[in-house]
Amino acid sequence: MARVVVDVMLKPEILDPQGQAVQRALPRLGFAGISDVRQGKRFELEVDGPVDDAALARIREMAETFLANTVIEDFNVKVES
Amino acid sequence: MTARIGVVTFPGTLDDRDTQRAVRVAGAEAVPLWHRDKDVKQVDAVVLPGGFSYGDYLRAGAISRFSPVMETIIGQAKAGMPVLGICNGFQVLTEAHLLPGAMLRNNDLHFVCRDQRLRVETSGTAWTSDYTAGQQISIPLKNIDGRYTADEHTLDELEAEGRVVFRYLDGNPNGSLRDIAGITNAAGNVVGLMPHPEHAVESLIGTGRTDGLGFFTSVLKKLVDA
Repeated sequence: MARVVVDVMLKPEILDPQGQAVQRALPRLGFAGISDVRQGKRFELEVDGPVDDAALARIREMAETFLANTVIEDFNVKVES
Repeated sequence: MTARIGVVTFPGTLDDRDTQRAVRVAGAEAVPLWHRDKDVKQVDAVVLPGGFSYGDYLRAGAISRFSPVMETIIGQAKAGMPVLGICNGFQVLTEAHLLPGAMLRNNDLHFVCRDQRLRVETSGTAWTSDYTAGQQISIPLKNIDGRYTADEHTLDELEAEGRVVFRYLDGNPNGSLRDIAGITNAAGNVVGLMPHPEHAVESLIGTGRTDGLGFFTSVLKKLVDA
């Protein structure tokens, strides 16, 4: 069984108040030197069968239509061996 | 013959009963629709009510949009059937691409619950013909994912085509771009907004005003005249 990871991030131009809240909390917790935080989602997909081009194409379709809302989010698909 | 207006219940929907009541108060027949049924029972219009359908998992409205009932509603909305999305229903409509843009977490990250003043920007939709452009109304607002977002080109297009239907007054509660509280599609049959007209249809409860009733009388008039 292979694992495919889909990372979904808000597009750079979209305000991310959750990431900002995390960033603002850092100095108070003693973590200095972090100027920006963007928060995203990571999906780990356990794939039955081989991760061939056809399987990857289906996963990309899944990411584009469902896992990410491409109006506001970008996604990235990668295979973990 | 009175108009039949469907009200969809998803798992996690909260405001279906209030919406059914608002439909009846306006003089139409409320028809409950279930998310798993493709059959929409030959209704003349549909309201997608507020709540947290499918727990808002993934994104608000993202899973509901693929439910069997939505398959039918998306097709009929494209064919001209009036559809109103309130709050979570608005989120479903953007996820279904029946309306442009997307909804994001409120910019201050707080759940907002208050009476909200709005300006009706156009009466040229199936759901706002009983209002006049520029009219101010007050109806409840309650959400955490209410920040309307779209790219500049889409926003300019919405403004140019008169498709911004409602704007927030007295301060923007959630960071929605250009103070947008509600929009419509190009044909004017699909309308989505974050505030809740169905909670303001009887003077006894809620805001003590009936500013939301016009949504339901507007569509009724359109259906009866049709």
